[in-house]
Amino acid sequence: MTKPPIELTGIRKAFGALEVLRGVDLSVERGEVVVLMGPSGSGKTTLVRCMNLLEEPDSGHVRICDCAFSCGTRSDRRGRARLMQRARQQTGMVFQQFNLFPHMTALGNVIEGPRQVRNLPMAEAVALGERLLDRVGLVDKRDVHPSRLSGGQKQRVAIARALAMEPEVVLFDEPTSALDPELHAEVLEVIQELAGDGMTMVIVTHETHFAREVADRIVFMDGGVVVEEATAEAFFTRPSKERVRTFLRLVDHSGALVDAPAPRVGEEAV
Amino acid sequence: MDMLADSFPMLLRGLGITLLLGVVSFVLGSGLGALVALARISAFRVLRGAAIMFVSVFRGTPLLIQIMIIYFGLPQLGVQLEPVPSAILALSLFAAAYLSENFRGGILGVDKGQWEAASSIGMPYWRTFRRIIFPQAIRIATPAVGGRFIALMKDTSLASVVTVVELTRVAESIGNANFRYMEAFLMIGALYWLINTLLSVGQGMLERRLGKAYA
Repeated sequence: MTKPPIELTGIRKAFGALEVLRGVDLSVERGEVVVLMGPSGSGKTTLVRCMNLLEEPDSGHVRICDCAFSCGTRSDRRGRARLMQRARQQTGMVFQQFNLFPHMTALGNVIEGPRQVRNLPMAEAVALGERLLDRVGLVDKRDVHPSRLSGGQKQRVAIARALAMEPEVVLFDEPTSALDPELHAEVLEVIQELAGDGMTMVIVTHETHFAREVADRIVFMDGGVVVEEATAEAFFTRPSKERVRTFLRLVDHSGALVDAPAPRVGEEAV
Repeated sequence: MDMLADSFPMLLRGLGITLLLGVVSFVLGSGLGALVALARISAFRVLRGAAIMFVSVFRGTPLLIQIMIIYFGLPQLGVQLEPVPSAILALSLFAAAYLSENFRGGILGVDKGQWEAASSIGMPYWRTFRRIIFPQAIRIATPAVGGRFIALMKDTSLASVVTVVELTRVAESIGNANFRYMEAFLMIGALYWLINTLLSVGQGMLERRLGKAYA
């Protein structure tokens, strides 16, 4: 397969009157790490959620590995649901709020997909689960419920859960935003290791240092469109758009400012 | 004391009938209530509408009227039910209306992120419901459902108006026999209280057990 595992064309999405995505084209190559950045409300979370169709675009085309969707057409509900499930099995997702299953142990969380969706035999699923928990450094927590884990540990279990489906792509929606600052590093390290192993990833994050180290490409969004796309190096050292420069100044001075409203300096180019 | 000794067999029988009415109606009502809750959150408008209507009717009318319609009214349509089945039918329908709302609250009380996490690993809708949502919804709904069980136990006393000889009816006949109404009703009241205290204790134990599954 040489086609990019994720290909979005002409993606539009509105919530009521609010247009969140206003025509986005983006494809992610195999083995590539794409970081989505941009101010709050720029549409980056919605975009990453379109990549496994947790959010269905109003129009545009989404291709996830071998599953292609034309959005905005109401046809064949059941076939569509099945196709969606297949697409989602090929993409893992890591959420800002972890969304671990609270009634299951760490291991139970990780093997739920392999058992229930991939139909692996118990022994095989457990072996896989232990291997993945080991990979995120939590094999000793296998029988612990999420309520007994720190935020950083929860997020690492959630990463193991996503990997357990052996996905083609892993999507991260602000994986450290709900964590205390001192817990960011343990999660980012795991993601960095995955990048080192050649995993295809799309990461929404405000962590500039991390983005610079891990990203092959940075996609900067504002107002529901892609404003700038560049290699990490180019993005941080010589951003071409004033809007990007303003954003970087804000996030560099203080991480707390990143959730401030979008800097509305250069309204010129959209 | 004489009064108690004489009426003891009758009391025991009444207690049995009261427990039968309460427990059977609760079980049937839970089953039906679960179906109504699912219909209420389903994607199909007709099902949703039917569920809303059902809840509205059976919560919006007095249980006493429902019992009387089933026992005294249905025979006019050629459906003749014995007193106990009539009471169980009415109590089950009435309980189902309330329980469906408790269940629905439990299901909606589960964080939306749980649905998203399950679908992000490609889990189909029903399996997600069974494996992920249902176990958490039960825990959320337990206090309300337990309260509904206790209320239902007390509501069984209305079955006395359709000649079911349950505790309340027994109290009446004991009182009628010797005009010691105060003692008779106090005694029966204490029995209801005892049943419901035991139910509360059981509910507390269940809640602790369900809580343990998370730690």
